Amino acid sequence: MGRTLAEKVWDDHVVRRAEGEPDLLFIDLHLLHEVTSPQAFDGLRQNGRRVRRRDLTIATEDHNTPTLDIDKPIADPVSRAQLETLRANCAEFGVRLHPLGDVEQGVVHVVGPQLGLTQPGTTVVCGDSHTSTHGAFGALAFGIGTSQVEHVLATQTLPMARPKTMAITVEGELPEGVSAKDLILAVIARIGTGGGQGYILEYRGPAIERLSMEARMTVCNMSIEAGARAGMIAPDETTFAYLKDRPHAPRGADWEAAVAYWRTLRTDADAVFDAEVVIDAAALAPFVTWGTNPGQGAPLSACVPDPASYEDASQRLAAEKALNYMGLSAGQPLRGIRVDTVFVGSCTNGRIEDLRAAAAVLAGHRVADGVRMLVVPGSVRVALQAVEEGLDQVFTTAGAEWRHAGCSMCLGMNPDQLAPGERSASTSNRNFEGRQGKGGRTHLVSPQVAAATAVLGHLASPADLTEAAAPATAGV
Amino acid sequence: MEAFTTHTGRAVPLRHGNVDTDQIIPAHWLKKVTRDGFEDGLFEAWRRDPDFVLNHPERQGATVLIAGPDFGTGSSREHAVWALQNYGFKTVISSRFADIFRGNSLKNGLLTVVLAQETIDALWALTEADPTTPVTVDLHTRQVHAPGITAAFDLDENARWRLLNGLDDISITLHNEHQITAYEATRPTHKPRTLTI
Repeated sequence: MGRTLAEKVWDDHVVRRAEGEPDLLFIDLHLLHEVTSPQAFDGLRQNGRRVRRRDLTIATEDHNTPTLDIDKPIADPVSRAQLETLRANCAEFGVRLHPLGDVEQGVVHVVGPQLGLTQPGTTVVCGDSHTSTHGAFGALAFGIGTSQVEHVLATQTLPMARPKTMAITVEGELPEGVSAKDLILAVIARIGTGGGQGYILEYRGPAIERLSMEARMTVCNMSIEAGARAGMIAPDETTFAYLKDRPHAPRGADWEAAVAYWRTLRTDADAVFDAEVVIDAAALAPFVTWGTNPGQGAPLSACVPDPASYEDASQRLAAEKALNYMGLSAGQPLRGIRVDTVFVGSCTNGRIEDLRAAAAVLAGHRVADGVRMLVVPGSVRVALQAVEEGLDQVFTTAGAEWRHAGCSMCLGMNPDQLAPGERSASTSNRNFEGRQGKGGRTHLVSPQVAAATAVLGHLASPADLTEAAAPATAGV
Repeated sequence: MEAFTTHTGRAVPLRHGNVDTDQIIPAHWLKKVTRDGFEDGLFEAWRRDPDFVLNHPERQGATVLIAGPDFGTGSSREHAVWALQNYGFKTVISSRFADIFRGNSLKNGLLTVVLAQETIDALWALTEADPTTPVTVDLHTRQVHAPGITAAFDLDENARWRLLNGLDDISITLHNEHQITAYEATRPTHKPRTLTI
């Protein structure tokens, strides 16, 4: 019987397989950041262990880093201490680090792919659940806890039980104005935050094949929001073109050998998935969340659902709690919910195509009075590219704040936070209670919806912007 | 890792589903570089409400958390497990756990027990009616006991063996280091490297 993409990559990394034990998997790439690594390095020190494969390990600083005044000492002493701990650990153990101020610094899941380190058929881990991002290349990539970070540092392997496989087949073509973010939010709303639990997802079908690499990363990034540790997309010409000539992409004969191998990384025609979900791309529309988990979402044109409409008691209770926290009422139109803050950035939507999409909507408009818009590039390289294209000017001219690279308001570990009761439209990945700041309320949106929302001051799509502008233009 | 064999304690019935790791331990606590001192961050936002179950005087000293489905969703932060342990919890019972949280818990000796939602409903009713109700989680027999309730739970034999003996995964893996070395010798040259060494 044929094998799925996930099974092929898994099988190629089994170091040890024994009855009654989890498989021992070799890890090709280990990404580190300041938050989930200090206790792991402590463990190595306490046991007199070294980093087994420094040449497969790389670190950057992202979660705590400020996005203003980066040339000054970090104001928060606890954040500063955590970054200094990473620097000391990397120096002591010989790990390559891209610290704040370095041209390769940025959100860890933006840095790996742009350096060409994330490659098809590799195993990639990081102490961060959004490691699923790298699955866009046909890598098997998943988030791990700190004990596992220590395990990988010491052994370059992980004992893992093999998950089941689920196909998410997206038929047809995404309509104009519908992005990868809308697609993945719709997938999560369909299968639920626990729907992918125990599975590796494989996104496939014509709508997926047409996505750019960056759009594929947006999709795979949020696999964890559906409960799946990993999401994958089979590598193809789009993948190879993205990788070619990147700093760590193979060269010469190695490139030819790599591409030949990468071409084998497709699910066989006779392979069987443990579960399958089919989505019709043509039926999708701009999608936003109304609740406090990423599965609580609906098309922008819909209304806030009535908790009483849920048959499942726990879902009903969750919806009631969510509406209470979010300060929303059942039946209220989603379009029209007013926001205080708009955040464009994160490992989900902080890449150059995301900034281009937001800037294209924003160009010629002003951010609404009373709305704060933060644009935080995913990495220094993304920021430099944006400046070269003049996107920073589009943002600042419209009244948005153009910031330095980092995780920023996605999780508010740095000073970029919502105040209690404030409401955001955010291109990030989690709308959990207090995620962006104590008492803050988050609506997850695409970069296009974020930009339109910033202009109108309420949840809106770019189409609303044209309609809103039309009467004014006619009057001139 | 701390071994887990059997544990009996009073329970905290937490009637919330989808308890994400941002609720268990908010991000600003993640700046600490130790594995301890997270107890005050556990459910920090919810604990500001005096009516939150953890604040009830009769729940002080409870060691068994009985939660709704999809406990531990979201971030990979192992701090969530440390916070529960630092606070005093020895075991968490739910009908479904997020994968990464589950893995983290079992690597730290916090036993996460999966039971059917009907059993959890019964445990909630029992421990809400009488907060002194003892709940026992026995890893030897893979059973949960409370007055009038006996429920079996699954845990794969390998994870159970490691928990019962408090074994450290790294030592187990390094026992087979020769297999890692053998695998490394077969890796193709086109695989990425972060350094040239």
